[in-house]
Amino acid sequence: MLCSQSTRDDLETTDVLIAGVGGQGILLASEILARVCLRAGYDVKKSEVHGMAQRGGSVTSHVRFGKKIYSPLIEKGRAEILLAFEKLEALRWIYFLRSGGTVIVNDHRIDPITVSSGSATYPDDIIERLRERTADVNLVDGIGIAIRAGDLRTVNVVLLGFLSEFLPINADLWRGVIGETVPQKTVDMNLGAFEKGRELVCLTKRSCP
Amino acid sequence: MIEFLSGNEAIARGAFEAGVRVATAYPGTPSTEILENIAKYDGIQAQWSPNEKVALEVAIGASLAGARALVAMKHVGLNVAADPLMTISYVGPKGGLVVISADDPGMHSSQNEQDNRYYAKFAGVPMLEPSDSQEAKDFVRSAFEISSEFATPVLVRMTTRVCHSKGVVRLGETCNSPSMGYEKDVRKNVMVPAHARLRHLALEERRKRLEEYAERSPLNRTQMGDLSLGIITSGVAYQYSKEVFPDASFLKLGLTNPIPKGIIQRFAEKVARILVIEELEPFLEEQIRALGIEVVGKERIPRVGELSPDTIRSAILSSVAYSENPSSSLPARPPVLCPGCPHRGVFYVLRKLKFTVTGDIGCYTLAALPPLNAMDTCICMGASIGAALGMEKALGPEISGKTVAVIGDSTFIHSGITGLIDAVYNRSNITIIILDNNTTAMTGHQDHPGTGRTLKGEPTVSLDLEALARAVGLRSVRIVDPYDLDATEKAIREEVLKDRPSVIIARHPCVLLTKERYPTPKVDTEVCTGCKLCLRLGCPAISISEGKAEVDPFLCNGCGICAQVCRVHAMISGRT
Ligand code: SF4
Ligand code: SF4
Repeated sequence: MLCSQSTRDDLETTDVLIAGVGGQGILLASEILARVCLRAGYDVKKSEVHGMAQRGGSVTSHVRFGKKIYSPLIEKGRAEILLAFEKLEALRWIYFLRSGGTVIVNDHRIDPITVSSGSATYPDDIIERLRERTADVNLVDGIGIAIRAGDLRTVNVVLLGFLSEFLPINADLWRGVIGETVPQKTVDMNLGAFEKGRELVCLTKRSCP
Repeated sequence: MIEFLSGNEAIARGAFEAGVRVATAYPGTPSTEILENIAKYDGIQAQWSPNEKVALEVAIGASLAGARALVAMKHVGLNVAADPLMTISYVGPKGGLVVISADDPGMHSSQNEQDNRYYAKFAGVPMLEPSDSQEAKDFVRSAFEISSEFATPVLVRMTTRVCHSKGVVRLGETCNSPSMGYEKDVRKNVMVPAHARLRHLALEERRKRLEEYAERSPLNRTQMGDLSLGIITSGVAYQYSKEVFPDASFLKLGLTNPIPKGIIQRFAEKVARILVIEELEPFLEEQIRALGIEVVGKERIPRVGELSPDTIRSAILSSVAYSENPSSSLPARPPVLCPGCPHRGVFYVLRKLKFTVTGDIGCYTLAALPPLNAMDTCICMGASIGAALGMEKALGPEISGKTVAVIGDSTFIHSGITGLIDAVYNRSNITIIILDNNTTAMTGHQDHPGTGRTLKGEPTVSLDLEALARAVGLRSVRIVDPYDLDATEKAIREEVLKDRPSVIIARHPCVLLTKERYPTPKVDTEVCTGCKLCLRLGCPAISISEGKAEVDPFLCNGCGICAQVCRVHAMISGRT
C-alpha cells in the first residue's frame, strides 16, 4: 500500500535530510531510518555532528541510501525529502531540497534564544516560503498525534510513519527496526504512533488506490 | 558479519581486532566515542587520563612493556601530547603504538582547525587517513602492523565527518597479540643526548624504509578511469570527490606520510591533468609539486573550513545545482546553556559586576554569547588562569579587583593546576572561579579524576579540589552554590578585593546529568512589568509573551535563578 511510491523516479541514490533542534530526538530518528534502509538491502551512510551543536542548537542529520554511497553529506539542492521537526528549521535547511522535492514539517514552533530574548522575530510566513521551493509541503500535527498515540515523546516515530509512505521500503521493515530500537516497554505505543503517522498520509494527502 | 558503525565505533572495533591491550584518552569532540566504545571490550584496559599528554605517556609505557596500545584525542589535544610524541618517535614502541588524532575541519566544536597531518612529518611517524568507517576499522589494524614492523608510533588522522558518519562495516576476527613483556634497553629507551643522537639516526633509517614501504602498501590505491582527469586525494575528501567526479582516475592515498613518490609519478604520467583535493592545508599538494608535477589544488579548493561535495563542485565546475542559502536572514539558533545549568548564575553575576572574565573551554564558553556576554577570552584548555595572571602583570594589581579567571572542573584538572601554582608563586591577587559540575559536560558527561568513577565505571578516589588549592598555597578557598545568586555575588565581591590569590569553587552538578527538577516558577502577571531583566539569563525556558514573562514548563527545571533576578518579585520560585 505504498500509495506515494509512484512519485519517485528511479534515482540511484535517495537523500533525506532530517533537521530540528538539539534534544528533539533527531539522532534517534535518523538512526531508525538508516537501519531500515540497511535492512532493505541498500548501502547507507548517515552523518551528523556531536558536541556543541547539541545544546539546543540547530541540528541536522544526513541520511543517504542507494546502490553505492560515497559522500556521507547531501549536496545542497539535491535532497529528495526534508523531514523537519520544527518549522523554522525547515526553512533554514530548505535550500538542501531539490526543487519539487518533498517537505514534511512538524507543526511545532520552538523559539531560539535570539527570538525569546527579543533580538529577532520568528517568521510567520514559513509555510508560504517553503512552498516557493516545492508544492509538496506536508504540515504534520506530530505532537497532537503523538499525544493521541499515548505519549508526546512518540512524535519522532509519528513523523517517521509519515515519512515511510514516501520511501519505497516495506512497512514491515520499519516495524521491525522500531521494535528493536525503542525501549521495550514503549514498543506497542511506538508502533501505534508509526501507524498513525502512516495513515495520515493517505487521509490528508493523496488518494490511495 | 556486518554492522552499521560510526568512524569512532569502527576505530574501537579495529582496536579490538588488532589485539589492543591498553587504550587511553582525554575526551574531546570529535574523538570522544572512541574510548567510550573501546571501554566496552573486557579485554582492553581503557581509561580516561587527566589530559592528552598523560594519556600518550600511559600508552607509551604500555607499548614499552610490549603490549599494543592506542591513544585517542582531538586535534588540539595532540598539541598537549606533542612533547612525548616527538621523542617516542626516536625511542620507538616495543608493542604497537597508535595515536588517533581527530581533526575538526569547519570547527564544529573546536577553537581552531589546525591540520594535524603536519605532526606526522614533524615527528617523522607514518600516518594513515581513513575515508569511511570500514577503513577506520581496517586502518587501525594496518597501523598496528606498521607500528610493529617498523618499531614506530603511527598516527591515524580522522576528521569530524569520518568520526561521526556511519556506514556499513564488515567485521573481522580479533588477532591474539600477547604482550611481549618488558625488557630493559637503556640505550634505546633513555633519551639522554648520547643515546638520542643514535636514535635520530635510527629514525632516519626508518624513514627510508617507510618510503620504500609506501610504494608497495595496499593502503594506497590507484583506480584508472577517464584519463583526462586524475585526482589525488585522501580521507573523506576521497568520498566527496568520487561523488562529484565519478568517472575520473583516482589515486587514493591511505598512507599519507611518507607519500609514495613513485606511485604519484607514474599516476601523473598517465593522466592529462591532476587535481589534488584535500581538506585544510596543501599538505599533499606541496609535496607533489616538489616532485616537479603540475597540479591544481588550493588555488581552487578552499583552504578554510570543511569540504563537501558542494564546495568541490562549485570550486572546480562552477555549476552548482542550487547554492542560494536563504537561511542567513533567519533568526539564528545558537547552542545555549541548558535550562537550569548551574553555570548560568555565575556568569549573570559576572556580567552584572562588569568584570573582565578570562574564560576557558567547556559548555560555559557559551556564556560568551548574548545575552550573557560574560567572557573576554578563550584560547585553549587551561589558559584562563595564565591569561588573568598576565593581565594583572601588565596592568597592575588594581585590575585584580575586577578580573576573574573562570574554568571548569575537568578543564582545571586537565591543565589549570599549573596555572594556579603560577598565580600563587608569582604573588598574584587574581581570583579563580572553578565551575565544578562534577563531570566533563560538553563532550557528553565523561568521568574525570574528580568524579570518583573511572571510564569502566569502577569507584575510585576522587580528587579534592579544595585540598589541592590549599596544598599549592592558596589561603582563600571558598565554596558557593551557584544556584544561590546572592551568595555567589558576595563571594566574588569579597574575594577579588583580597591581597592574595583566591579560589571560589562554584559547585553544583550538571543538570543534564542529574536530571534535577523543581516546580516551575509562577509568573504573577499582575506584578511583572515586562522589564525583560530575566531574559538576560539566557535561559531558553523564558520568553516574553504579551509583554509579560512566560516560563515554558517543559523546558524549565525549576532552578529558581530567574525568581532571584526579578526585582519586583513577579516570579515565584517553586524551590524552597
Ligand atoms: S550539559 Fe550541563 S554544564 Fe553543559 S550546559 Fe547543560 S547543564 Fe550546563
Ligand atoms: S527556574 Fe527560571 S532560570 Fe531556572 S530553568 Fe526555569 S525558567 Fe530557567
